[in-house]
Amino acid sequence: MDLSKAGFWGYRRENGRVGVRNHVAILPVDDLSNAAAQAVENNIKGTMALPHPYGRLQFGADLDLHFRSLIGAGSNPNVAAVVVIGIEDTWAKRVADGIAATGKPVSFFGIELHGDHETIKRASKAAKEYMQWSSELRREERPLKDLWVSTKCGESDTTSGLGANPTVGNVFDKLYPHGVTLVFGETTELTGGEHLVAARCRNDEVRKKFQFVFDRYQQVIERHKTSDLMDSQPTKGNIAGGLTTIEEKALGNIQKIGRKCLVDGVLDKAETPTGPGLWFMDSSSAAAEMVTLCAASGFVVHLFPTGQCNVIGNPILPVIKLSANPRTVRTMAEHIDVDVSGLLRKELTPDQAGDRLLECMFRTANGRLTAAEALGHREFVLTRLYESA
Amino acid sequence: MIHFVVHEKGDGVGVVVVEGVKSGQEISGWIMEDDKDLKVLARNDIPIGHKLALRDYAAGDTVIKYGVDIGKVVAPIKTGEHVHIHNLKTKRW
Repeated sequence: MDLSKAGFWGYRRENGRVGVRNHVAILPVDDLSNAAAQAVENNIKGTMALPHPYGRLQFGADLDLHFRSLIGAGSNPNVAAVVVIGIEDTWAKRVADGIAATGKPVSFFGIELHGDHETIKRASKAAKEYMQWSSELRREERPLKDLWVSTKCGESDTTSGLGANPTVGNVFDKLYPHGVTLVFGETTELTGGEHLVAARCRNDEVRKKFQFVFDRYQQVIERHKTSDLMDSQPTKGNIAGGLTTIEEKALGNIQKIGRKCLVDGVLDKAETPTGPGLWFMDSSSAAAEMVTLCAASGFVVHLFPTGQCNVIGNPILPVIKLSANPRTVRTMAEHIDVDVSGLLRKELTPDQAGDRLLECMFRTANGRLTAAEALGHREFVLTRLYESA
Repeated sequence: MIHFVVHEKGDGVGVVVVEGVKSGQEISGWIMEDDKDLKVLARNDIPIGHKLALRDYAAGDTVIKYGVDIGKVVAPIKTGEHVHIHNLKTKRW
């Protein structure tokens, strides 16, 4: 596929970033505000609440990550406007101010001194205005470089490493020269193949940073493990699918970064990249956590290769699912956007599989709903670093 | 028909990519790296996605896949046998 003049139809936001969805988000700061946020979602049709279980008594780096995740989610260019609701004003304002830096419309509401009824009423009024305003925004044609593309695989099996992950790699190799911003992560899921990622780092500075975050995460595993992790990493689904060791899983995982593109930088969780290229984000390998972090970092479309079929989606970030497992594409067809099982029968070349995924990516960017979106998968899962105070 | 796929020519295991491979069945493989074919006698029923050995292994041996170390053998494995958590373990955790 010739990408030299490729573009897509997106929503250009106030800060110049381009989204492929046009959501009005109702964002609770804390678990206590979920009920009000969901009531607003119910009142004002077309809005989307983002309920989650956290936001109370967090402190230090964990609290910083909480704010970064919420502000990042609200700032994502797939979101047109945001209504923030918190139990009290101070933190709600902090989240709203963070989002307002993008220039997009945002309002905040605290529940204390008002109660749920009054808060829902006031927040619904704001949400209605945003919904009507955003419904008049129009897509415009934008160059390919304005698209930010993330990847993370899930419920992998051996066909992931043979087919689906190399297909993402083929796409990344094709997008990279066009100045697209790309990200991968899953720090512990590189175990056994970390030397291959280190070798792909652009320079020693990036390599040193990558090795530091990789080693730090290994220490977390060593500190807390009670076995060789065969009950969780690889997952039971990975093992049922034929993956035996973390090394084998990691080598399949790494196929997603292709063969040519270099790792240009390392990001902390939910940190926004400062330029185009391939970024590594230090992150959990749990699908919903990692995809939510990608959304908070500003990515607008996600490539999700799977073997046994993780059914995950995300409220903000359209998740495109591809699989090379012929049994999965037969038994779980409604979850799969791109079938690349022909790779294992020599009916499809890696280049053709990559083009098939690219075509789906452009259609998704232009507005076609992914399987996960149509099925209502909106897993919004915040990463925690440690216990609350 | 391709019953199993091998990533690289030096790999000691292949991945079954069809359903219903039975013990005693002669199955055909495709090595992706150099586009070569090979045949192996399956010595176990092997589910889709699971690995079979392309050589004999003794306990303590290293299994290579993708041209890289994927773990250590903990029980002897004969060519054509199922390779999984009962005879292969991580070296890392």
